[in-house]
Amino acid sequence: MRRLYSHFGDRLFAFFLLLLALGVVALALLMAYELYRGGSLALGRFGLLGFALGREWDPVVQKAFGAWPYILGTFIVSFSALFLSFFPALAAAIFAAEYAPRWLAQIINFLLDLMAAVPSVVYGLWGIFVLAPWLRDKVQLPLYMWAAEHLPGLLPLLGVPTGYGLMTAVLILASMIVPYTAALARDAIALVPKEHREAAYALGATRWEVMRLAILPLARGGIIAGAFLALARAVGETMAVTMVIGNSHKLPYTLFGGAATMPSVIANEFTEAVEDLHLSALIAVGFLLFLVSMLVNSTAAYVLRRQERLVKGVL
Amino acid sequence: MLTAVALAGLGLAQGTITLVGAGATFPYPLMAKYGDEYTRLTGGKVRINYQSIGSGGGIRQFLEQTVHFGASDAPLDDPRMKQVREQFKTNALNIGYALGAVVPAYNLPGVKEPLRFSGPVLADIYLGKIKTWNDPALQELNPGVKLPPLPITVVHRSDGSGTTYVWTDYLSKVSPEWAQKVGRGTSVQWPVGVGGKGNEGVAGVVKQTPGAIGYVEVTYAKQNNLAYGAVRNKAGRFILADLASIRAAANVPLPGDMRVSLTDTPAPDGYPIASFTYLLLYENLSVNKAVKSEEEARALVEFVKWILTDGQKHNEPLTYGALSPVAQQRALALLSRVTYGGKPIGKEIVGR
Repeated sequence: MRRLYSHFGDRLFAFFLLLLALGVVALALLMAYELYRGGSLALGRFGLLGFALGREWDPVVQKAFGAWPYILGTFIVSFSALFLSFFPALAAAIFAAEYAPRWLAQIINFLLDLMAAVPSVVYGLWGIFVLAPWLRDKVQLPLYMWAAEHLPGLLPLLGVPTGYGLMTAVLILASMIVPYTAALARDAIALVPKEHREAAYALGATRWEVMRLAILPLARGGIIAGAFLALARAVGETMAVTMVIGNSHKLPYTLFGGAATMPSVIANEFTEAVEDLHLSALIAVGFLLFLVSMLVNSTAAYVLRRQERLVKGVL
Repeated sequence: MLTAVALAGLGLAQGTITLVGAGATFPYPLMAKYGDEYTRLTGGKVRINYQSIGSGGGIRQFLEQTVHFGASDAPLDDPRMKQVREQFKTNALNIGYALGAVVPAYNLPGVKEPLRFSGPVLADIYLGKIKTWNDPALQELNPGVKLPPLPITVVHRSDGSGTTYVWTDYLSKVSPEWAQKVGRGTSVQWPVGVGGKGNEGVAGVVKQTPGAIGYVEVTYAKQNNLAYGAVRNKAGRFILADLASIRAAANVPLPGDMRVSLTDTPAPDGYPIASFTYLLLYENLSVNKAVKSEEEARALVEFVKWILTDGQKHNEPLTYGALSPVAQQRALALLSRVTYGGKPIGKEIVGR
C-alpha cells in the first residue's frame, strides 16, 4: 500500500516537472510566434530579408522601415564590448582564483559581484555625466585634432567628437559585462581538480606553465560559457546603451559618432509609435533580436558541447 | 467616517467609481494632481486611475475601449477619426485641457542674456546647414551678443515623444525644406545630431556639451536651470516661453473640433512652439465598452467638466499652460455633445 502510494507520488511529481518544463518551452515558442505575428505587417510589406537589410528607417516622410542599421549597430557594439572586456575579465579571474591571497580574492570577488548588481541605468547616468564628457575632452578631441593635422584620411572614420556615440557605448557595455565573464571563468578555474595542478607541479612546471597547460585547457568550457553569457547580455542591453550611444541610425557609423542598436530603437520608439506599420516594424525588430539571441545561445551550446567532449578525452 | 474609509479601501463602498485613463506621459504630473484633488472633492466617490503609457499606447487603448478616456499630445488624425466613425458609428472628441511649450535650450559659456531665434534659423540648425554659433544668420538675430565660434552640437530626443511632434510640427511650418525632407512626427529621421533619451537625456547632453542646442519642455528647462532662447513668432516679436505667452498662443480662432496645431500661432503675444494636450472621449459613450453604466458615463463627464473649469487652477502651479477663454469655450462645447444611451448627458451637465 505504502509502496503504491509513493510510486504514485513519484509519478505525479515527474508529471508536474514535465508540465513545468514544457511550459518554459511553450513560453519561448509562444513569444517567438507573438513577435512574428506582431511584426507580420512590416515583414509582409518589406519581406523578411528586405526588412533585415533595409537601410532606411523613416516613420514620417517615406514610411520605410529597415532594420539593418540597428542589426549592424548591435553586432558592432556587443562584439567590440566582448573583445574589450574578455582579457581583463580573464586576467581578473585567474588572479582571483590562483594568485591573490585569500583576503584580496574575496575583495575582488565581492567587487565583481557588485559590478553585476549595479542597475544599467546607473551605468548610463555615469556615462552621460562622467565618461562621455571625459572621453570627448581627453580622448576624442585630441585625437580628432591630431588626425586633422596629420592624417586627414582618418577623419571620416572618426566622425564628430561629441562624446555620445559608438565608442562611449562600447566602453560602458564592456565594463558592464566584465563580471559575467570573470565570475564564470573564476568558478571554472576553481573547479579544475587539484590532482592536475599537483601533477603539473610535480613535473617541474612553473606557475604560469601550470596555468597554461593544466588549468586553462580544462577550464576553457566555463570560460567560453561566461563569454557567451556576457555576449548575450551585451546584445540585449538596452538602457545604458540607449543613454550614451547618440541614437543615430545614419550609416556608415563612425567611431565617435552616434549609432543605434535593436534594443535601443525599440525602447526609444515603442511608447509613441501611433501608426500600425511603425509599431509592427518595432515588433519585427524584436523578432529579429529574438533570432539573434537564439543564434548566440545555440552557438554557445554547440561550442560547450564540443569542449566537454574534448575535456572528457583528456580525463 | 472610519467605516467609509475602510470600505473604500476594500473597494466595496457603494457608488465608488474608478475612471480609467491611459496615454501621454507629458501631462502625467497634472493628471495625478487632478485625480487627487477630484477624489478629495467628491469625498472619495470618484477615483482616477491614469496610466502614462505614452500617446501611442493611449490612442490604442482608447480605440480598443479598455479605458474611459485616452490622452494624447497630438489630436487624432483624419484616418483615425474616420476609423472611429466607421467602426463605432460615433465621433471621437479631442478635448484640449492644458498647454505645453517646447523651448530651444543651449549651452553657451560666456553668453548671459537669452538668445533670440527664428523658426527658419532653428530649422537650418537642425538640418545641419548652420554649423557654428557665430553664423551670420544667428548674429543678425542677436546684434548685441558676442557669439563664440563654437561648433553647434544638435541634440534631439531619441525616444518617440509628443515634444518631438510639437518641435517638428513647428519646423515643418516655418521651413519648406524641413517639411519635405523630415516632416512632423513623434519619431523622425533626424538629418544631424545626438539623440538623448527623454527630457533628462537631452538636458544631460546639453549641460555636458559646450555649444550644444536641444529642445525640451519648458517645465523641464525651468526645473533644471537650462538657458533657453526666445523665438520670433508670426507677428515678428521675440517671445520667451512663460505661462502668459503659452496661454496666449491658444488665444486665436479655434476650429470647432479643437484639432488644431497651435505652433507658429498668429496671436501677437503668443509663444510659437506651444500645443494643446488632449483628452479623447467617444461622443456617444454607450459605444465605449469600458463605460459600464450611465452612472459611470455621468461621472466621467463631470470629471472632464471639472478639469475644464475649476481644475484649470492647478495647471499653472505645475507650469502647464491654462486654457484661454476661447479654448475653454470650445472644450466645453465639445464636452456638451456627449451622450449616453441617447440621453444628452453632456448638455445636461455642462449647462448646469
